[in-house]
Amino acid sequence: MTIEPRTLETRAETDLAEAYYRDRDALPGGVAVAGIRKSAFDAFRRSGLPHRRVEEWKYSDLRARLKSVPAFAARRSDDDAKAALAALDDVYGAADRYRLVIVDGHFHAGLSDVAALAEAGVRVCPLAEALVEEGESLMRLPQIAAGDAATGLNAVFCADGLVLSLPEGNSLDKPVEIVHALSASAVSTSERVIVAAAKGARATVLETFVGGAEGSFSNTLTDIRAGDEAEVTVARLQAEAAGTTHVGSAVVTLGAETKVKLIGAGIGAGFARHQSFIAFTGEGSRADLLGITMVRAGQHVDQTLVVDHAVPHCDSRELFKTVVGDGAKGIFQGKIIVRPHAQKTDGQMMTQSLLLSDDAEMSLKPELEIFADDVQCAHGATSGQIDEDLLFYLRSRGIPEAEARTLLVLAFLSEAVEEIGEEIVVEAFEERIRAWLAAGA
Amino acid sequence: MAAVQETIDRVRSIDVDQYKYGFITDIESEKAPKGLNEDIIRFISAKKNEPEWMLEWRLEAYRRWLTMTEPTWARVEYPKIDFNDIYYYAAPKSAPGPKSLDEVDPELLRTYEKLGIPLREQEILAGVEPKSRVAVDAVFDSVSVVTTFKEELKKAGVIFCSISEALREHPELVRKYIGSVVPVTDNFYATLNSAVFTDGSFVYVPEGVRCPMELSTYFRINEKNTGQFERTLIIAEKGAYVSYLEGCTAPQRDENQLHAAVVELIALDDAEIKYSTVQNWFPGDKEGKGGIYNFVTKRGDCRGKNSKISWTQVETGSAITWKYPSCILRGDNSRGEFYSIAVSNGYQQIDSGTKMIHLGKNTSSRIISKGISAGKSQNTYRGLVSAHRKASNARNFTQCDSLLIGQDCGAHTVPYIESKNATAVFEHEATTSKISDDQMFYCQQRGLSDEEAVALIVNGFVKDVIQQLPMEFAVEAQKLISISLEGSVG
Repeated sequence: MTIEPRTLETRAETDLAEAYYRDRDALPGGVAVAGIRKSAFDAFRRSGLPHRRVEEWKYSDLRARLKSVPAFAARRSDDDAKAALAALDDVYGAADRYRLVIVDGHFHAGLSDVAALAEAGVRVCPLAEALVEEGESLMRLPQIAAGDAATGLNAVFCADGLVLSLPEGNSLDKPVEIVHALSASAVSTSERVIVAAAKGARATVLETFVGGAEGSFSNTLTDIRAGDEAEVTVARLQAEAAGTTHVGSAVVTLGAETKVKLIGAGIGAGFARHQSFIAFTGEGSRADLLGITMVRAGQHVDQTLVVDHAVPHCDSRELFKTVVGDGAKGIFQGKIIVRPHAQKTDGQMMTQSLLLSDDAEMSLKPELEIFADDVQCAHGATSGQIDEDLLFYLRSRGIPEAEARTLLVLAFLSEAVEEIGEEIVVEAFEERIRAWLAAGA
Repeated sequence: MAAVQETIDRVRSIDVDQYKYGFITDIESEKAPKGLNEDIIRFISAKKNEPEWMLEWRLEAYRRWLTMTEPTWARVEYPKIDFNDIYYYAAPKSAPGPKSLDEVDPELLRTYEKLGIPLREQEILAGVEPKSRVAVDAVFDSVSVVTTFKEELKKAGVIFCSISEALREHPELVRKYIGSVVPVTDNFYATLNSAVFTDGSFVYVPEGVRCPMELSTYFRINEKNTGQFERTLIIAEKGAYVSYLEGCTAPQRDENQLHAAVVELIALDDAEIKYSTVQNWFPGDKEGKGGIYNFVTKRGDCRGKNSKISWTQVETGSAITWKYPSCILRGDNSRGEFYSIAVSNGYQQIDSGTKMIHLGKNTSSRIISKGISAGKSQNTYRGLVSAHRKASNARNFTQCDSLLIGQDCGAHTVPYIESKNATAVFEHEATTSKISDDQMFYCQQRGLSDEEAVALIVNGFVKDVIQQLPMEFAVEAQKLISISLEGSVG
């Protein structure tokens, strides 16, 4: 006898529906891809944008956040893209790396080190082209990620991006940076990056998300497919402009004896949701997840992760640090699933948050879902402010209060920073952290 | 077409009329007809000689309930409940309210004996000169059968009676506090309870009084197909202290039975309430057939400054448990505690936990939850710790440990931690593990059988919570846990 109240469609939902009807014929991919887009769109039409009544999005009400959705950006000329890029921070500066450039959701091969990577044996293919050739398998996501509202929307709209393929045994000499730049006009983007590391391949991928304007909406997806014995480190730094809405999903599939380290830093955007989905498909693998988040001045940032131990003998480690300043809101949701028969799983999750101001908010939801008995799983979660005793200790040694606070925040974050292990990332992140703290002092 | 419609309408009106007459004849009966409608509620209210406002309150709840849907967020699965296939009122065969204990049906006393109610309390029930100081308010199905120590409690000024009696004798107190912690509209089951609750306990401890004895209630479900809708209301005035014990048992039964209780605790300035529960209702048979559905809303309100509410629960029974004893820490410096042991075996499903809502300044709370799952059971801890913007210096420590026995069971932890105040310090930790082979080997080489070893290790695992229980409950609880885990190893 119950009638589900059908919530009125919001302006943003209408915008998205119109965008789909307008763009669907132009979106790349064959019949199979069009079919995937269509069913993802139908799912969106049924449930709308995720909102607080959707458990996974409880603390990040995207429906309420998005007042409208600007049109999806068209491909810019290489010159325009270059100009847009030049106006933005170069996070890794002079560091030696390969660089791949995505501006407003479109991959610019002309601005990227495609040839140099080819020489190193690594193939880079624009997603728009790859979708035509082998679209269906490229679009496929592990079950834990496939049902999500944001990855679903990405499937509907992803027009471009890139596929980075590391052949068997390839060991890249230097990191690959993938820049996701947004131009200074409000647009929507929905790119997808696929990093496919074949057996025994080793690589470090740096993803940076920069730029944007008030009202920009980016919904990106990075699909990391690490084959057997591969070792992949992915460091994601989100430093978009203040008014943007950023939803970034990282989907990781691990083979057997695989090692993946996923590092995420979130500093920018007005409303950011970083979600990670980790799927173990082979035994003996290990995933390390690190999160460093710093927000202030009304920012909203959400770190959500799902770790799916579907096979035995895998380890996962999660360490997430969040610093929340004035008027900002931080969220951490972490779920470790241990499926039946995934024995000998070892999963440890830690999340700690530091509230710097009385009007800062932090919500934590660390979850364990365990269906096997011979496992070691634990999580810890803390929330608090700077320890007054520590502050007093430093001040009693002549360190001014502001500086003492900065030191203590740095110390709080250092535990995670030290775990990064990639010098180029550590340097870039530390610089960002210091700049952030200096701006608040 | 019009004629047909007219016929239908006429038949329907006759039906309704007949039902009305049925209702009037039924008022003398011991059992209300199956199903739920406004007449049944009027029947229950009339049976209990309730004041008019109470009936209105119930009807309002019922109307609200009709608009609500069953919650589905808990990790429990069960066939849909037909709320119209349940008896909402049944009085036991023995006449309620005997003048003295000798009048109590020996059949009832024998049942208590079978359930292993501690000897001393049996003596009390049997009318033997009491050596101990435990007051029992026994609830057999829906009506309070016997209340002991009433006189002595009266001397101290403590009111301890059934809620029906309280409604007749202290309506102003009931009216003031009922629904003030768990509002009528709180949730599906609480609203249902508000509409149809049949009985329960009422405790009022006046200002400055330390209740001279532990108060104890044994809830029993006996009558076939009878849902139990208990309503308990405990009020501790300024500076008062009361410790309340609740134990639940039920005989084997084929059909699933619904239990939707509401417990409200109110602690005013400097008051303390300690509420302990041992729940071992029928959990269903080996195939997961039968068993009690236990959908309980328990909430305490630390309304006054420096007040304290402590929940301790040992949950070993019920096919389905949906229970979150919570504390609203409204008064400054108030404290909430939650100690829980949840043991699930067979096909049991437990979704239990607590909410600690920090509203006042300098409030603190502590949560210790121990979940043990065996067999094919699912055991979930679900909890919320929140600090309101004004709850400065709120403190919480939470520890949730799960123990898995066997590879077909599940243990889940779903904590929510929401801090809106920078000075609030919240710490949460959870672990999941199994009984290690080393521990088993150590016990076995000292001559313990597998089952004895498991019982020993499990009792060590839950020790932190057992220590919080009053003495006689602690012994009972340890036994219960061992019994519940029988057959889970080997």
